[in-house]
Amino acid sequence: MAIRRTPFHEFHRDAGARLIDFGGWEMPVQYKGILDEHAACRSAVGLFDVSHMGEVRFRGPKALDAVSWLVTNDVRAMRDGQAQYTAMCNPRGGIVDDLIVYRLGEEDILICVNAANREKDYNWMKANNPFNVDIQNESDTWAQLAIQGRHAEAILRALTDAPLPDYYRFTRGTVAGVEGCIIAGTGYTGEAGYELFLPAGAADILWNAIHAAGAPFGLANIGLGARDTLRLEMKYSLYGNDISDDTNPLEAGLGWVTKLDKGDFIGREPLLEVKRAGVSRRLVGLIVEGRIARAHAPVLHDGQLVGEVTSGSQSPSLKQNVAIAYVPVGLAAVGTRLQVDIRGTLANATVAKTPFYKRPY
Amino acid sequence: MHYPPEYRYTKEHEWISVAGGVATVGITWHAQDKLGDIVFVELPAVGKALKADKDAATVESVKAVSPVYAPLTGTVTEVNTELEATPALINAEPHTNGWLFKMSLADAAEVDGLMDAAAYAAFAASDH
Repeated sequence: MAIRRTPFHEFHRDAGARLIDFGGWEMPVQYKGILDEHAACRSAVGLFDVSHMGEVRFRGPKALDAVSWLVTNDVRAMRDGQAQYTAMCNPRGGIVDDLIVYRLGEEDILICVNAANREKDYNWMKANNPFNVDIQNESDTWAQLAIQGRHAEAILRALTDAPLPDYYRFTRGTVAGVEGCIIAGTGYTGEAGYELFLPAGAADILWNAIHAAGAPFGLANIGLGARDTLRLEMKYSLYGNDISDDTNPLEAGLGWVTKLDKGDFIGREPLLEVKRAGVSRRLVGLIVEGRIARAHAPVLHDGQLVGEVTSGSQSPSLKQNVAIAYVPVGLAAVGTRLQVDIRGTLANATVAKTPFYKRPY
Repeated sequence: MHYPPEYRYTKEHEWISVAGGVATVGITWHAQDKLGDIVFVELPAVGKALKADKDAATVESVKAVSPVYAPLTGTVTEVNTELEATPALINAEPHTNGWLFKMSLADAAEVDGLMDAAAYAAFAASDH
């Protein structure tokens, strides 16, 4: 399969980005350096190219029914202009993907899916469409930028007359003269900020306009490396690491988006059973002493293997080594002392309150 | 990049500076550049016997763990303890203050098998 590039590829190259293959996409992993970029987003504002994310559009009188059948959250409770985070499950209750659903209208729903799952999700949605609604893969028609940080609002205010949305709301409007943009009050960093859906053909205009408006605020380009440390500090799940087809939303800490009483949906039966019996393991945050735990490191308790790290790094904001791991429910309480086997050496770890990071404004 | 001409280099992107039978070992500018921000370093114990091409140390960036191999056979005589608190020294000054460890050499002639600066610069330039 040919490597795919976003409409911002030339800008990344010109900015001196280091490009890597990320799920078939040639993406910037860093520009100046992960620590600098992380700090810029936390202290000022950062710009992320997230055009590799996919967009699927559901249209028609039964669009909401179709989406509700596919996802765990109660999309019928949304109003126009509202966004909702959700899981999409398989019939075993495992997670096909985690998504954000945008209600453009009663008969018009846009769903943002993970880059690596674009085709998988679209095929899954088409194959599980009992209401026969119109489902279109619009991934190539949209580009997407995230503007995250305390100055994100000021930058967007300079570029649009559209009202800026609150958290998990969105507005549609013209940004930097580009019509048909969606400004969403969502993000993956824990900062205030926005995710901007824009017509792919307008990528150049938006990139230049945002940089021009952002320069006085110290706007920095942010690569996937810092995107990962930023989300890790919030314990936001990364599909493929922390959640997968073999983990269910209840054990993954996504019970809050799993509405078992909303009516039937794919995976509801096994999830009801999990809820009845109680989850056997939980995704928890760990503070690890002295060493950096990475994905797949074994987690031990009293010398016994009890779980596995799914994500881990040094937290640039906290200067502590943090990790996300599945542990048995009996060892999931905050303060529980565990060990992580890091390439043959045991490091002490403590179950910690999450998110690890809380923004100070 | 400037690679000191008096050093020798390995295909694993380490540099070696030999003086009086003791070799100082670090990772090259190219190696630290590829790794990115270094946040953790694990060094061998002083007195540890090292065998050429076997694991000697570990350097970790935000995203990746990278083993450092012993460039030569010998015994660790000193480690750079400054790196415990300031691993980013390796990024800032990879060829000088960012050195990792020193080792006495079992066979000084082993050094002759390593690359000189010109050969390494060409090797690094071809490595992406």
